[in-house]
Amino acid sequence: MKGMTVVVKTVSSWVKVLIFLFGIYIILFGHLTPGGGFAGGVILASSYVLLMLAFGRDLVEANLPLPVASKLDCLGAFLFAMIGVLGLVFGGVFFVNFLYQKYVPQEPFDLVSGGAIPLSNMAIGLKVGASLFLVIFALTVFRYDFQDGGRKTAVADGAEQQKE
Amino acid sequence: MSVPLPVFVAIPLVAAFVLPVLGKGLKPIATLLANLVTIALLILAVTSIGDSRTYEVGDWSIPLGINLVLDGLSSLLLLAISVVSTAAMLFSIRYMEQYTAKPKYLSLFLLMVAGMNGVVLSGDVFNLYVFLEIASIASYALVGFGCEHEELEASFKYMVLGSIASTFILFGVAMVYANTGSLNMAYISRAVQAMGMNAGLAFALSLFVAGFGLKAALVPFHAWLPDAHPSAPAPISAMLSGVLIKALGVYALARLVFNVFGVSLEVGWVLVALGLASMVAGAFLALGQWDFKRLLAYSSISQIGYVVLGVGLGAVILARETNIAWASLAILGGLFHLLNHSVYKSLLFLTSGSVEMATGTRQMTEMGGLAARMPVTRAACAVASASIAGVPPFPGFWSKLILVLAAVQAQMYWVAAVIVVVSVCTLIMYLKVHRFVFLGELPERLASVRESWGSMTAAMVGLTCVCALMGLLVLVPSLRVGILDPAVSVLTDGLAYSTRLISP
Amino acid sequence: MPYALCFLLFMIGLYCAVVKKNMVKIVLGIMIMEYAVNLFLIMLGYLSGGVAPIINRADYDGQTQAIAAQFLNASVDPLPQALVLTSIVISLGSLALMISICIRTYAKYGTFDITEIRRLRG
Repeated sequence: MKGMTVVVKTVSSWVKVLIFLFGIYIILFGHLTPGGGFAGGVILASSYVLLMLAFGRDLVEANLPLPVASKLDCLGAFLFAMIGVLGLVFGGVFFVNFLYQKYVPQEPFDLVSGGAIPLSNMAIGLKVGASLFLVIFALTVFRYDFQDGGRKTAVADGAEQQKE
Repeated sequence: MSVPLPVFVAIPLVAAFVLPVLGKGLKPIATLLANLVTIALLILAVTSIGDSRTYEVGDWSIPLGINLVLDGLSSLLLLAISVVSTAAMLFSIRYMEQYTAKPKYLSLFLLMVAGMNGVVLSGDVFNLYVFLEIASIASYALVGFGCEHEELEASFKYMVLGSIASTFILFGVAMVYANTGSLNMAYISRAVQAMGMNAGLAFALSLFVAGFGLKAALVPFHAWLPDAHPSAPAPISAMLSGVLIKALGVYALARLVFNVFGVSLEVGWVLVALGLASMVAGAFLALGQWDFKRLLAYSSISQIGYVVLGVGLGAVILARETNIAWASLAILGGLFHLLNHSVYKSLLFLTSGSVEMATGTRQMTEMGGLAARMPVTRAACAVASASIAGVPPFPGFWSKLILVLAAVQAQMYWVAAVIVVVSVCTLIMYLKVHRFVFLGELPERLASVRESWGSMTAAMVGLTCVCALMGLLVLVPSLRVGILDPAVSVLTDGLAYSTRLISP
Repeated sequence: MPYALCFLLFMIGLYCAVVKKNMVKIVLGIMIMEYAVNLFLIMLGYLSGGVAPIINRADYDGQTQAIAAQFLNASVDPLPQALVLTSIVISLGSLALMISICIRTYAKYGTFDITEIRRLRG
């Protein structure tokens, strides 16, 4: 797969940064506006999918190797679970919003008014982005070993979203 | 000692995500860690017996937040899950060496355990659905783990029927939410008591019966099980047949029917009919099988029928409001059979894995005379077969005896007759297993077969001891009062579940 | 009436999953079923003329009590939306697994037709 025409390549090389930034914005402002970890993570993954379509698979694999993506995936899940455990340690209950309890929040609608919610959004964003990337990448490589993190972690995400 | 309830879900979930990160060089460490996790869960489950409490995740009080509920029934299921998963994990140390990608296997295994623990503990219908999906999707992947022809085909079949079942359950959850405006089981139960069963709720209940019946492989919905369970690696077959169909199917169905919707005569009869159909059809189909694991899988259908029959008889007797003591006897029989079946059927699947690993085949016609070559496997298989067929000192006899007594007391003599007849069929099919696998002539090809020592025999011996001693659970009164009676009273109390959680 | 259409969609998906012979079409049928249920869940919370259940800074700065009461009456139910989001994530996971099994099976058998993929009996 060598990629598409020069027009597509040029445009997507401009747009990819904007898409990635938009994903980060959605994740960071998830507690104030519609969106959050899952939606932002999907947008992050979609910027890589755009690259994959425009430039071919090799460039993407050089940019974000699969083992790294797999580790990021596990890291996101682990961080999310750790936020729950920290809630148990500091607040006494699993997934309690321990930052919100301990430190008096800022004015409502400020960026840092959500306590631990933005942190869990970031963890979920990392996880969803990496695992969706893995799923799509695995489906494009015919002979790739499917016993990989992609699909099962996407499921565990469901639980995390639900816990959130 | 009382640990917070989410620990039961969190430990395997976190471990499942840590294991794949440990690379290929650290495979022994990953295996050790996974075993430690299952052993820790076993210890936690044993310490939580007789405990009864609720936990509100994130400090959000119900019905706003999600709650986890531990009561007698949940701790019984937790015990079954952790006993079987500990043995299966120990078994897979050696058995899974023949597959590549062992850390991924361990990770999926722990994910399945986390899902099942979550199903058992959840006090919220939608959360139950989510955990059920985690456990099911992990099990779909594990069935197809070998990536060979049969395994992929079985996995696809299982996945299609399982997804349809999940969709039914989700539709049921949506119907419940539409009619009661709540997702918490206690609040749904209170709403149902206040407004009675209407058409929407009855439709939701029928969707639940179909969905969980598919997950439990009751007879009209059983087509996937005889393919999926034999195709999986042996420890996974043990997990699937031993606990997955019970935690996802029977437990969830019993919880919803007894504690949320309330028993009625119709639902009770439906359960009895499903149970009887599964018992009879499973037993007769199993008799004709020549594939060792396939025979065990059909036998699972038959045995799960006993469990559902016990629970259904309890529901019928409760709904007739004749004598609550006989209802609790029937439910006791069903739940004790559930516990028994999870132990001896997983033991049988482990022995089948041991035989398959040694001989390289599952066809019983190609085996024979293995008794001298594989003494430990043979002894384990003998104990488990005697138990499943209901030979007196073993636990299977006691649970079937209790079921027969309950059926006679409820004046359903034909049900008692069916139980006895199916039990005889079970005896015949396991005599067939012994005749063709362990006795008879040793074929030339298998002359060099050796017992598979190490972790596999350790797991089998451990489960054999548990299986031999299980009868004490009903015979010793203090154990029965401590372990089985709380579970039975959760079901017989019925709708009191909601008043226990919500102070009126 | 819209509920009946949801049910119809569900039935179409079930028909497709049960009757079709092609593995990919079966997967599509299951997905149609799941989206019918998602649609049903979303419509449960719908309120004609409702607003999105999100408080803005402008709403908040006014008289809090009065705004809150009005807001509660006017906004759609947010819970089904959270449920649908979760169930979409779950169906994404199972879809990815199903498609990968389809690809693997095609590599082994060379066909998507389930009547030809019959090594297992019964």
